[in-house]
Amino acid sequence: MDVIILQLFNGFSISSILLLIALGLSITFGLMKVINMAHGELIMIGAYTAYVVQNLFADYMPASMFGWYFALAIPVSFAVAFVFGLVLEMGLIRFLYGRPLDSLLATWGVGLMLQQLARSIFGAPNVGVKSPAWLDGGMTVGDNVFPYKRLFIIGLVLVCLLVMYLYIYRSHPGRRMRAVMQNREMAACLGISTRRVDATTFAIGSGIAGIAGCALTLIGPIGPTIGTYYIVDAFMVVVLGGVGKLVGTVFGALGIGLSNTLFEYWTTASLGKVLVFLCIVAFLQWKPSGFVAMRSRSLDN
Amino acid sequence: MPIRKLSAQRLWLLAAYTAAAALLFCAPLMLSDFRLNLLAKFLAYAIVALGLDLIWGYTGILSLGHGVFFGLGGYAMAMYLKMDASGGKLPDFMDWSGLTKLPWFWKPFESLPFAIAAGILLPALLALILGFFTFRNRIRGVYFTILTQALVIITTTLFIGQQAYTGGTNGLTGYSKLFGFSLGSPETKRWLYWVTVALLIGAFLLCRFLVKSRFGKVLRAIRDGENRARFIGYNPAIYQMVAFSFSAGLAGLAGMLFVLHVGIISPSMMGIVPSIEMVLWVAIGGRGTLAGAVIGAVLLNYAKSTFSESYPNIWILFMGALFVVVVVFLPKGAAGLFGQFKWLRRRKAADEGADGVRYPAV
Amino acid sequence: MKEQMESVILQCDEVTVDFDGFKAVQGMNLTLARGELRFLIGPNGAGKTTMLDVICGKTKPAVGKVLFGGSRVDITRKKEHQIAELGIGRKFQTPSIFASLTVYENFEIAMKQNRGVFAAMRAKLRKEDAERIAAQLDMVGLADKAQWRAGGLSHGEKQWLEIGMMLLQEPEILLLDEPVAGMTDNETEKTGELLQEIRKKQSIVVVEHDMEFVRNFASFVTVMHEGKLLKEGSMDEVQRDDRVAEVYLGKRRDADASRSTA
Repeated sequence: MDVIILQLFNGFSISSILLLIALGLSITFGLMKVINMAHGELIMIGAYTAYVVQNLFADYMPASMFGWYFALAIPVSFAVAFVFGLVLEMGLIRFLYGRPLDSLLATWGVGLMLQQLARSIFGAPNVGVKSPAWLDGGMTVGDNVFPYKRLFIIGLVLVCLLVMYLYIYRSHPGRRMRAVMQNREMAACLGISTRRVDATTFAIGSGIAGIAGCALTLIGPIGPTIGTYYIVDAFMVVVLGGVGKLVGTVFGALGIGLSNTLFEYWTTASLGKVLVFLCIVAFLQWKPSGFVAMRSRSLDN
Repeated sequence: MPIRKLSAQRLWLLAAYTAAAALLFCAPLMLSDFRLNLLAKFLAYAIVALGLDLIWGYTGILSLGHGVFFGLGGYAMAMYLKMDASGGKLPDFMDWSGLTKLPWFWKPFESLPFAIAAGILLPALLALILGFFTFRNRIRGVYFTILTQALVIITTTLFIGQQAYTGGTNGLTGYSKLFGFSLGSPETKRWLYWVTVALLIGAFLLCRFLVKSRFGKVLRAIRDGENRARFIGYNPAIYQMVAFSFSAGLAGLAGMLFVLHVGIISPSMMGIVPSIEMVLWVAIGGRGTLAGAVIGAVLLNYAKSTFSESYPNIWILFMGALFVVVVVFLPKGAAGLFGQFKWLRRRKAADEGADGVRYPAV
Repeated sequence: MKEQMESVILQCDEVTVDFDGFKAVQGMNLTLARGELRFLIGPNGAGKTTMLDVICGKTKPAVGKVLFGGSRVDITRKKEHQIAELGIGRKFQTPSIFASLTVYENFEIAMKQNRGVFAAMRAKLRKEDAERIAAQLDMVGLADKAQWRAGGLSHGEKQWLEIGMMLLQEPEILLLDEPVAGMTDNETEKTGELLQEIRKKQSIVVVEHDMEFVRNFASFVTVMHEGKLLKEGSMDEVQRDDRVAEVYLGKRRDADASRSTA
């Protein structure tokens, strides 16, 4: 029983990271019909930002302050990935609206270049980020130990989710974003600057990927290709959850994260992945457009 | 269609194809053994590109999973060679992993005809199954593409994880003979090269036949408007499944040839990066033109083998940039660039309409 | 009575369509006789297009049956392509043709034929097929543009192309959604005559907003309002009906306005 609880906890932990990564993907796909394969590299950028912030703290700040670098790393990672996202949107993505397959290929190219860039700046081998001391250890409940790092990540994700919820459903920019997502032409007619909404949304999605990268530094060493490890799973979250609604993404992340952990526990790591894939395909037989679906009246959309 | 007149343009085209085929057959006279072997590998890749073009260029389905189909073909051939080389004993990697007898599913691969058939039919069957569970439910566009990418991940993970059955990360290598002929000898290599050229020409003609047939027209119709095709009475799912499966079979065939030329197959050759590189070959050559796909595959791989050895870093940057440039500025690839010379086109009036043609979004 | 049953080609029974709680069509009945030209009219949002969607299988009704042909099979359980194969053709409101195929190729694949994969691989253009396509090209006035890519045609030409494709498909029932939208008066007239010609062999359901067109060519009209059947009868009867006048003719100006902007 304890083992199951621990596995469930691990599942939640993985789900939460997937959720953080998939949030941006789901929103940009729903809004602009663009698939951003470079999203994984935005995670990588967030992770390396945390690494740089850590190094700066180690070099220029008193040792007693070192533990607090992480508190600064989160907003800085967000900001750096946000800026990268904005540049990417303005320089490339906006030429690819409504062409998901083309955008997928082009952004994959961008991702490849960003990986190479990271390799030439930070070197090909993985680097470790020393987690702050206050995240060492874990919470003991019964016989189970829940590491503080994982709990912290889950908490961080919940906060991000809440902020995103408030942004999308309770703020003016969020309302504009939903308007554009539902009917771009109509929104434009009503005086909404769709260009600005697109750019902002894309940048925010990128920023969240940056936070995800920052969180990943707590779990293990980071390298130039860290993003590719997560990106396909994150896309599966979008496929499973459907597009355009937060609840779908949450559902998809939980579904993939939990089933991944449980299947891998019951079988082996490689067979577990196969089973998860089969489950996803089976689920799509029942709901072909994911957990939540947007309807449209047009003939071929 | 009744007998068509051989217009000047068709004659030129026929002459160009014949010249290209003759050049390929004569290549052993001009190239060193090393270069010939490289060319043979590129021509095997060109077979994959043909299949990919059929489903992406003509049917509008982007598969990022062709590495898997290529790999399955490769493993089928490699396993035959491996068992042949082990001479009745258990292949070395199985021995190291503690297996005591040959797993039942590898048993039939001791026969070459079976291995060859499986190398084509297994990928085709896998594609058919995946297609059945997706196209039938109208899972298409990026959703399908992402599923194919997931297929790549799980297949490579599976092949790495099941080391005792697949050779794990190292893959299958350490075989050197086919029918008792050394795979490394220039003589055998030349023969294998000719076989590859013949198969490539065969694949090209087959694809050309399909594309020109009414089947090909329906594929393009499905690309333009899947639902519209449905309301005229076509079942797009069946067409997509057949095209996808055929395309996967070609990739399997190419994988078998690859193993014969290169002498190794491993999970890294069927992973995400090789799979998406295959798409780049087609994108560069020009989707929707068969000759473009072949030329794209050969050119890009030639460039890769020339530059990537000496400047691996720059090559990756270059490849990334190439993706962006081709997709954004040259959606029709090199063939589209070529086609902009108006005098090459027969139907002037049709050109005005051609500009209105866009590849479907999803 | 029995004779009447035999002449019925399409019968919609109590069809209800539910879009996430919104009932676009409620308990709609529609019976179409062989060789009938039926006009389906009504204000915007009356459920006319949805009704066509149900018949051709694009939309599945929550309740109700659609019985087709002499064997009276319920087609609501069938897939779109099966319904099309049975003999129901649909022309959509916006012209939907295959843009990258030539006009000729559009006709070639639309033509009535075995639509299986392997039949399509082996299919040859026989002499009689070529003649039929040539005749159709002449009829819709696209003979000199046969080798054009369909995407390059004008809006009106695309409409004609689609009508031609549908005729080559040889369905027993043609479902037309605003066929004369965007056509010149001349073309509208030509379309009307064509409909009269078609009904000699086939049955037609037309959704139309152009009241002049309806008045000129309709013999029997079905009026829908808010997803329900409001009135059925000859154009004269319908025009005399008070309820129709109330919900529909009062809004005629709107409908005409929407047509001119379409």
